[in-house]
Amino acid sequence: MKDVLESTSRGLYCVPGDFYIDPCLPVNRAVVTHAHSDHARWGCKRYLAAKPCEQLLRMRMSPDAEFRFLPYGETITIGGVQISFYPAGHILGSAQIRLEYQGLVILITGDYKLGYDSTCDSWQPMRCHHMISESTFGLPIYRWPSQQVVFESINQWWRDCREQGKCCVLYGYAIGKSQRLLAGLDPTIGTIYCHGAVQKGNEAYRRTGIHLPETTYVGSVTGKHDWKGAMVVAVPSVHGTPWLKKFGRYSTAMASGWMAVRGARRRRSVDRGYVLSDHVDWPSLMTAIHECNPETVWLTHGFTATVARYLVEQGRDARVLDLLGRDLGEEDKDEEESSDEDFIDEPIGQGNESPEIEATTS
Amino acid sequence: MIRFAALFDAIDRTTKTNEKLTALVNYFREADHADAAWATYFLCGSKLKQLVPTKLLRAWAAQEADIPPWLFEESYHTVGDLAETLTLTVPPGNLASDESLSTWVEQRLIPLRGMAEAEQHQVVVAIWNETPLEMRLVILKLITGAFRVGVSKSMVTRAVAEYAGVSSDVISHRLMGTWKPTAEFFEKLISKEVQDTISSQPFPFCLAHPVDPALFDPELGPGGIGKISDFAAEWKWDGIRGQVIRRDQQVFVWSRGEELMENRWPEIESAAQLLPDGTVLDGEILASLGENQVLPFAQLQKRIGRKVVSNKLLKEVPVIFQAFDLLQDAGQDIRTLQFSERRRRLENLLSTVNHPNFCVTQLIPGNSWDEWSKVRGQSRAMNAEGLMLKRWNAAYEVGRVRGVWWKWKVSPYTIDAVLIYAQKGHGKRSGLYTDYTFALWDGDRLVPFAKAYSGLDDREIKKIDRFVRQNTKEAFGPVRSVAPALVMELAFEGLQISSRHKSGIATRFPRIVRWRHDKKPEDANTLNELMGLLPDSEPQG
Repeated sequence: MKDVLESTSRGLYCVPGDFYIDPCLPVNRAVVTHAHSDHARWGCKRYLAAKPCEQLLRMRMSPDAEFRFLPYGETITIGGVQISFYPAGHILGSAQIRLEYQGLVILITGDYKLGYDSTCDSWQPMRCHHMISESTFGLPIYRWPSQQVVFESINQWWRDCREQGKCCVLYGYAIGKSQRLLAGLDPTIGTIYCHGAVQKGNEAYRRTGIHLPETTYVGSVTGKHDWKGAMVVAVPSVHGTPWLKKFGRYSTAMASGWMAVRGARRRRSVDRGYVLSDHVDWPSLMTAIHECNPETVWLTHGFTATVARYLVEQGRDARVLDLLGRDLGEEDKDEEESSDEDFIDEPIGQGNESPEIEATTS
Repeated sequence: MIRFAALFDAIDRTTKTNEKLTALVNYFREADHADAAWATYFLCGSKLKQLVPTKLLRAWAAQEADIPPWLFEESYHTVGDLAETLTLTVPPGNLASDESLSTWVEQRLIPLRGMAEAEQHQVVVAIWNETPLEMRLVILKLITGAFRVGVSKSMVTRAVAEYAGVSSDVISHRLMGTWKPTAEFFEKLISKEVQDTISSQPFPFCLAHPVDPALFDPELGPGGIGKISDFAAEWKWDGIRGQVIRRDQQVFVWSRGEELMENRWPEIESAAQLLPDGTVLDGEILASLGENQVLPFAQLQKRIGRKVVSNKLLKEVPVIFQAFDLLQDAGQDIRTLQFSERRRRLENLLSTVNHPNFCVTQLIPGNSWDEWSKVRGQSRAMNAEGLMLKRWNAAYEVGRVRGVWWKWKVSPYTIDAVLIYAQKGHGKRSGLYTDYTFALWDGDRLVPFAKAYSGLDDREIKKIDRFVRQNTKEAFGPVRSVAPALVMELAFEGLQISSRHKSGIATRFPRIVRWRHDKKPEDANTLNELMGLLPDSEPQG
């Protein structure tokens, strides 16, 4: 595999194709799995991504860059390397990248999850020689409950809050998680409002043809407003900031895979923690590897060494892929997209960049 | 059980006292008395004796989850809570029935203890199969004996009091000591009628507030608490707080943790036979060779935890009861009397008893706060922790009531040490590296000497967590050794030579005071400097 892919300080580099996959620094040619900012970096000259990723990527990257979008399943050849994208089920437009070079097939999963999500195409298994898989939640303690059950309890919380005359503030990342949450909300309960960054994401989703319930941008509401019984979907970074004051009495909730562990839930100090993740949990990671049935599995992100050791004991060739150039080490991510701008522990409420200002720029 | 699991969840997800209180009161309103009794029992911190060895639980969970044992252990180190790891690793079960809390505890959990291993295995697997996550967590916490949730005994007391319409001081007293969690008990607990005290039952302890020694005023004392004439001063002894009860021709010695310490302090128990019936003393159990010859806490420690005390140990570490308050006198509850009156009666009583194992703690004379401040400076030489300041005209209160008793402790020892190992924490700190081992210099070697967990804020913890991940040198199981770069100021209460510690010295209550960003590892203190802090410091080889 070394002749085809190598780990460099700029990210994973395809030698014969002279391109980078999800580079962490600006490069000439980037092939990206999806639009989250720890995968699609600002400043590259050329981007290649899956077609459904177009709206989100154009929204987030500089308009001066050169873009090319390929429908799922179609192939493009660069330097003798055949590149194609297949749905990863992570967020809208997220893709697994399949590379084929001189008969060798490498699959880079990017971030992915199994199962149905109405806001993006579902993951599908791909046979390959080498599979580079994420293992963010690669421990058997992570077993996601069915999303139907999670949505039901979120809607129940909303109904309870409405009865108590409270406003609901539900945290999700600006693109991906928020829209998945929106699609699961029951709009008959009340009015849905969105933080500016979320609303911007919604528009990109809608332009791509994804159906979402009607949402109102929080910043468009002026003067005295009664927020009782409303649902506000916001980015986690507003938690604990004055941005929330206007909602009066409110209850907060966070939806994330990390919420599976009680300590992480309590540390977050939100009123409710819902276990909803866009990454593979332990059982689906095992299913995915089984179905792709690669000769070698390479693990990145999270519990890489643990998963590799387990797989080796199960008789599979599995190794840790050290992604160079990432500033954070193993298991470091307390957030699903820690380097996304929605990182909760660096509230924007400080300095001159208040969430209000952020909201009005969208 | 669904309702109890829901109560656990409701308490767990909020930090607001009012919400917790409401959840508790609602639970008591809805639960039958047998359930309410068990709920009170567990929420107050009582546990079932170990039902199943945790080693077996771990092995069975790994088996059910179809994972190797090492992977279960890795999961445990990330979760930081055994019951929760046992809950999360095994795929969720389907709720079979909703038996009540008391049925669960009495018919399914307690019988586990007497069972053969194979039978226990069967029952535990059935529990996994029949429980969704929330309920499973609570049940496994009861089984592992680690049932802790964010309520204090005093909050439970308040909730029961509110539900029963009885004052919380009365409920607090009725909850003292050992009791059986039955429907009958709960009915008595919430009864509005006055009840006779059970002879073994201790009174709730009166607790002291710390004063802020930095705010010293020559007129109003430390923390500005008031005029010197309003207060009595005593040594704050470093022993085991206890209550000695003499009722119905029997003697009971209780610890502040409400443990009945039977046969542990024979010198005190036998001397207490001389007390008149209907007497309750509050005081401190101390290792002592006689008047004002109190031994360091480390000596007393040798006797703590010994169920049977050998004659040799009795001679080596004799104990006395240093009484400082009288709560019941001639069968009469005198807690509402002023301290001056209780003290007068205490002196009278013990002078009549006249036994060397019962001393009245001496009052420290003083005409000014400055004078007492000087006396306080000698605390370490007396093997005391500082001074207690008690308001002459105050009643003996229940719990920590502000303004009645103050503790004026001596400043702790401090030293600058280097962080060298880290391990992931528990509870709220699950998954983060929060448990640290610190080292001091011995020549050019760093020798580990203390572990500290507390003292940093969330932001600092996050930074150190990141540092640990980026600077790991080696991993030994869950422990990581890190590059010696961070210097912290540690505080601790006591020091003692120890052959069990690599450094040859043991520290008491070590904790982090602050992160010394201004210091480099080479600026940290040496082991010799730590040795120099020992009370009777002699050069160590």
